[in-house]
Amino acid sequence: MNRERQVLARIERVRRRKPVVREELITLAHGAGGKATHTLIEAVFLEAFRNPLLEPLGDGALLAPAAERMAFTTDSFVVSPLFFPGGDIGDLAVNGTVNDLAMCGARPAHLSAGFILEEGFPVADLRRITASMAAAAEAAGVTIVTGDTKVVQRGKADGCYITTSGVGYVEQPVTLSAAGVRPGDAVIVSGSIGDHGAAVMLARDDYGIEASVASDTAPLHDIVAELLKALPEQVRTLRDATRGGVATVLNEVASASETAIVLREDAVPVRPEVTGICELLGLDPLYVACEGRFVAVVDGAHADQALDVLRGHPLGAGAAIIGSVAADPQGLVLLRTSFGGTRVVDVLVGDPLPRIC
Amino acid sequence: MRFVDEFRDAGRARALAARIAERCRPGRQYTFMEVCGGHTHTIYKHGLEDLLPPEVNLVHGPGCPVCVIPMGRVDDAIHIARQPDVIMTSFGDMTRVPGGTGSFLDAKAAGADIRMVYSPLDALTIARANPDRRVVFMAIGFETTAPSTAMTVLRAAEQGVTNFSVFCNHVMIIPAIKAILDSPDFRLDGFIGPGHVSAVIGCEPYGFIAREYAKPLVVAGFEPIDILASVLMLLDQLAEDRCEVENQYARVVPWQGNRIALSAIGRVMRLRPHFEWRGLGFIAHSALAMSDEYAAFDAERVFDLPGVRVADPKPCQCGEVLKGVLKPWECKVFGTACTPETPIGTCMVSSEGACAAYYNFGRFDREQMHRAAGEASRA
Ligand code: SF4
Repeated sequence: MNRERQVLARIERVRRRKPVVREELITLAHGAGGKATHTLIEAVFLEAFRNPLLEPLGDGALLAPAAERMAFTTDSFVVSPLFFPGGDIGDLAVNGTVNDLAMCGARPAHLSAGFILEEGFPVADLRRITASMAAAAEAAGVTIVTGDTKVVQRGKADGCYITTSGVGYVEQPVTLSAAGVRPGDAVIVSGSIGDHGAAVMLARDDYGIEASVASDTAPLHDIVAELLKALPEQVRTLRDATRGGVATVLNEVASASETAIVLREDAVPVRPEVTGICELLGLDPLYVACEGRFVAVVDGAHADQALDVLRGHPLGAGAAIIGSVAADPQGLVLLRTSFGGTRVVDVLVGDPLPRIC
Repeated sequence: MRFVDEFRDAGRARALAARIAERCRPGRQYTFMEVCGGHTHTIYKHGLEDLLPPEVNLVHGPGCPVCVIPMGRVDDAIHIARQPDVIMTSFGDMTRVPGGTGSFLDAKAAGADIRMVYSPLDALTIARANPDRRVVFMAIGFETTAPSTAMTVLRAAEQGVTNFSVFCNHVMIIPAIKAILDSPDFRLDGFIGPGHVSAVIGCEPYGFIAREYAKPLVVAGFEPIDILASVLMLLDQLAEDRCEVENQYARVVPWQGNRIALSAIGRVMRLRPHFEWRGLGFIAHSALAMSDEYAAFDAERVFDLPGVRVADPKPCQCGEVLKGVLKPWECKVFGTACTPETPIGTCMVSSEGACAAYYNFGRFDREQMHRAAGEASRA
């Protein structure tokens, strides 16, 4: 009897030990909701993201609102390859949602993270991804407070997909809206464009091009807060130039505000390496994704001041005024080329397909 | 990338534009055709029309590889792609070209295994990696891309690859230019000759244009400065009553062409008696097929093809656009029924197609634009 009690107590002690993922690869069991799922959550996700809101591992996190107005956003990440110069899917997933909140004028506060993992995905890669998510969250001052994991059969997903949602608090008295853009406003970009897309395309290794370009992935909440603090009423709208690049974002602004946006090609900051890569692949940097750059449309009279504020921040050193807003032709984005020619900058149709000759 | 910048110097461009304006005889109109879609793309992308005086009118030619593929050939290719053991490989532009029954993208969505590649060698790599599948490369393009197709077939033969074939749709530029010269609506003063094609075929084959048709031709590079310089060279010839083939793109195009590339084409391919061009109809000796020696790599012989000729859609005026008779916006369906999202004609598909280039880059009222630019520079 005594002996049996001893054994049972030992079993309990072992069960209470810190869980360890012993497998090297994700199996379907890790997504089945049983023991393996718990082990994965505690040993990988909780280990990386630990914070008081997440720790109870309840069905959801309880938040206390810190401001009257809140911003809420969601984004999914399916980048391939998962790791690329300058970042990986992990920091992208955190920064992407942090930046969407920042573009609403919000201070990002809490994130959720949903993972879809492919059977056979290396646990070491998952740890690498969660470590960079943790680092990115810390840098952005946000906590990951709830999450979910599903595992799908081999071949049904490409390694790892992540969805993050986030809430943030709008603490400044700002009204940001593309519809508020009007003729005479200035268009500013916070730094060189296309770095992220170019870095990922190179890392894809299909092209055999060698160049050193790193992703620009970065949290933008801080630089945006500086800008909004300086010019709370003069900033009309903020957009991060992710998928579809600066061109796509500006087309949305032009059509929402029924104005024309006129860009000056020689004012648009593009790294020479990015120009070169785009040249080789037949792409236009204006359409290539950024993950740490944004476009601000600002009252023209305060454009220089806005530029000074941005340039005073480490993430805005390369900021530039790239164009301005005119009344007509409504809904179009036009580019004055370096030659003094003019062309339309339209929304892309389909994939940015490379030209063949 | 220095190399590129040198040809994008705005000061040089303005100086050339000023000389072009000086060279125009007052009251005379000059119409030049840029044969190659790559030139069309450069012209619109850099807004070169704004730099040219009103006397100089550029019209777009047939040199867009995707634009000239007839619908029946797309249907044949889709027929091949639908075979369960086939992997069809294609350049990206080609995937949106509509056939009679949809495009590659539609067929792919319906389950066909169609993959985008950047070169025919990628297709061969896919064939080697999938020995139990038959891998077909949808070969399109002028003499520019034909050598790489030919060399890939030679490599496949060397390596003894047996599950690879080419659906050959390579076309040739000279017969197309000749068709335009012989067309009753012909009204051009000269040609801006294709750069990449000429790097393969050289400049000699254009001789007949100057000799027999008394039209000047300048082989041009693809940078904006190249195009302006070529326009000036054409105007110089006309002003001096000369009519010659000149080479503005000598940094890339050897006068004699590229013997190695030509001989690879000669080994692997043969001339077709005739071939249908979209919008232009059948043109004799205008395209290449696989030669008998390489029949094993010829998808037209490996597969049973329906080979049905599909008439171009009724409203489509691509033929007129490809011949430079109509400007893209003069087509009745331009920008309404025919847009890059829902192309009716092929010129709306490739970024080198005149309609797509005009729609994407040139679709605005230039006067309104100049007012907007004025406002913008004051703001
Ligand atoms: S608008 Fe469409 S149908 Fe008309 S010529 Fe252009 S591509 Fe062909």
